Amino acid sequence: MSVKSANPLSGLKRHLHRACAAAALLLGGGSLAQAADLNALIWCDHSDPALLQPFETANNVKVNVKEFEGTGAGLAIVEQSQPGDWDVMVIDSIDVPRGVEKGLFEPLPEDKLPFADLFPQVKMDKSTMIDGKRYGITEKFGYNTIGFNKTKVDPADMQSLASLTSDKYKGKVAIYDYYLPVIGMAALAIGKKTADLTEADLPALKEELLKMKANAKLVGEVTASQTALATGEVDILVGGGEWVTAGLAKENPALDFSIPKEGAVLWSQSLAMFKDSKNKDMALKFIQYILSPEGQARLATSSCYWGMPSNTKAALTDDQKKVLRFDEQPGFLARAQAYPAPNADLDKKMQDMWTEMLQAK
Amino acid sequence: MNSAGNNGRAQPRAGRALPWALVTPALGWTLLFFVLPFIAMGLSSLTAHGGGGFTLANYSQFFTNPSYWQAMVNSLQVTAIVTVVSVLLAYPFAWILAEQVPERWQRLALMLAVLPFWTSYVVRSYSWLLVLAQNGVINRALIGSGLISEPPQLANTRLATVTGFVHFFVMLLTLTIFANLKQLSPSYRKAAADLGAGPVRTFLHIILPLTLPGIMVGAFLTFVLCIGDYITPQILGGNNELLMPQLVMMQIGRRGDFPLASALSIILMAVVTVAYLACARWLKIERA
Repeated sequence: MSVKSANPLSGLKRHLHRACAAAALLLGGGSLAQAADLNALIWCDHSDPALLQPFETANNVKVNVKEFEGTGAGLAIVEQSQPGDWDVMVIDSIDVPRGVEKGLFEPLPEDKLPFADLFPQVKMDKSTMIDGKRYGITEKFGYNTIGFNKTKVDPADMQSLASLTSDKYKGKVAIYDYYLPVIGMAALAIGKKTADLTEADLPALKEELLKMKANAKLVGEVTASQTALATGEVDILVGGGEWVTAGLAKENPALDFSIPKEGAVLWSQSLAMFKDSKNKDMALKFIQYILSPEGQARLATSSCYWGMPSNTKAALTDDQKKVLRFDEQPGFLARAQAYPAPNADLDKKMQDMWTEMLQAK
Repeated sequence: MNSAGNNGRAQPRAGRALPWALVTPALGWTLLFFVLPFIAMGLSSLTAHGGGGFTLANYSQFFTNPSYWQAMVNSLQVTAIVTVVSVLLAYPFAWILAEQVPERWQRLALMLAVLPFWTSYVVRSYSWLLVLAQNGVINRALIGSGLISEPPQLANTRLATVTGFVHFFVMLLTLTIFANLKQLSPSYRKAAADLGAGPVRTFLHIILPLTLPGIMVGAFLTFVLCIGDYITPQILGGNNELLMPQLVMMQIGRRGDFPLASALSIILMAVVTVAYLACARWLKIERA
């Protein structure tokens, strides 16, 4: 018997969670769909009808989506659901092992998915493969880097992370509110590799973050960051990249992003299939569709945010490729480093450091 | 006779059962959606993230981590400012509505007063962001009029957060104070005047004390809604200082640290309870 199940407090808590969830489902008339439908836990880019409708029409299926933000919140939804409630999930590639540890995911059939067509650097084998089995496939990626308005700042300055802390741009900067990628950028700024970060690096990282904060006007989540850049509230976004500027390119072509000489932090989102899915065939079809050239083009240019498709054969138009700077990807990828993937203890310390940075005047 | 006797015994029993039958749905609702989740949250707050036994670590973390503690200080400061400013703005507004606006126009005026409630928090907050932004309406007007040459930072500040909150809560307070003012009998004023009291004295010694319950009910609602709001400070405050709801959300997002989030929420609820007890006299709890 595990320690967790032996603890009466945890047991009671679990029962209460389940009772509350069951009651909510009963009173809601059953918010989850029939078994024939596909239930997907997703990020907002997957809720775009332009992405989902072609799949629904072609397969005569209804895709029920539930959006979440952050792996912790997503896994909590799964924990409070019944086995089989969900078929597929979008998850940070670095967090795939968290789902596997909880026994949630089904290994994916490599021969039925276009792994050979993916950009090699975004396969993320270290996190998507466990014990020789692949549990996640990267569907979209990009860079946490510098987004900027090229009419307001010197684009040459944006080739160095040092500019972010210089007096020249004081009060012109916004910081994207997600601690891991921005800590990754702070690491690059002080010459550290994101993969090598340890607790000993925290003081230096904190100092760098405080310097960034001193220059920043705000620290905002996706929409707030994007709005700040679009309205001219700030001219530079630390931690933003093509996911901010690409979607606004038509309205404001002055917005751009750079991969500075120190590098950028690669973000990557994966699709995973649930082990308890009652509709595995349809779940696989869905993953195949998302990874197909057509699905990839639609996902990359989703109304929620744009990002690079992981499939090199994505059916993007020339204009879309230009906005995403598709042709420059090999060079960008060569300078990109993965998200820091701290263990639980270091993760907690990093988040506390981020909290201190937010509270700093 | 038998029948009459049976009825005589059955009626009191039915009479006793009826109130319970009527109140059962409300009790069930409260049990299901407040008591059970609250117990679950309380138990969760006493466990460690990732499993393990009973621990008070989540609570001690709050009291020993200065940045967590600062979030509570920030929340209380913002809430106090919002409540005081809202009361100061709402009272004259409610008084004008109740005393100066003709009866036939009061309904329209009240409808206009509740208009902000028709707009979602998110839309309202983003609208304020556009008004207060560097290139927003206010800064453009100030620069255009020649009063200033460099736009001050209005958005992404505590001032912006307070402005967004006050816009919403001043109307809530207006409604509660207005209802209280309308209940006052005109004979109070007449009696005060007969005894030689001027308008200011009548207001300070008669009207204000009698409308205190309305003020306190509105202030308490403002306090509760303001201290627990996540959206307005997130959008308008620019995360330049953390408030308690934001700190709670941070624990859930990536790490899924529900025990710590639960502990922080319990602490937040404890503060609300203290505010409730402080206002109990005016909220008429004893009479309930």
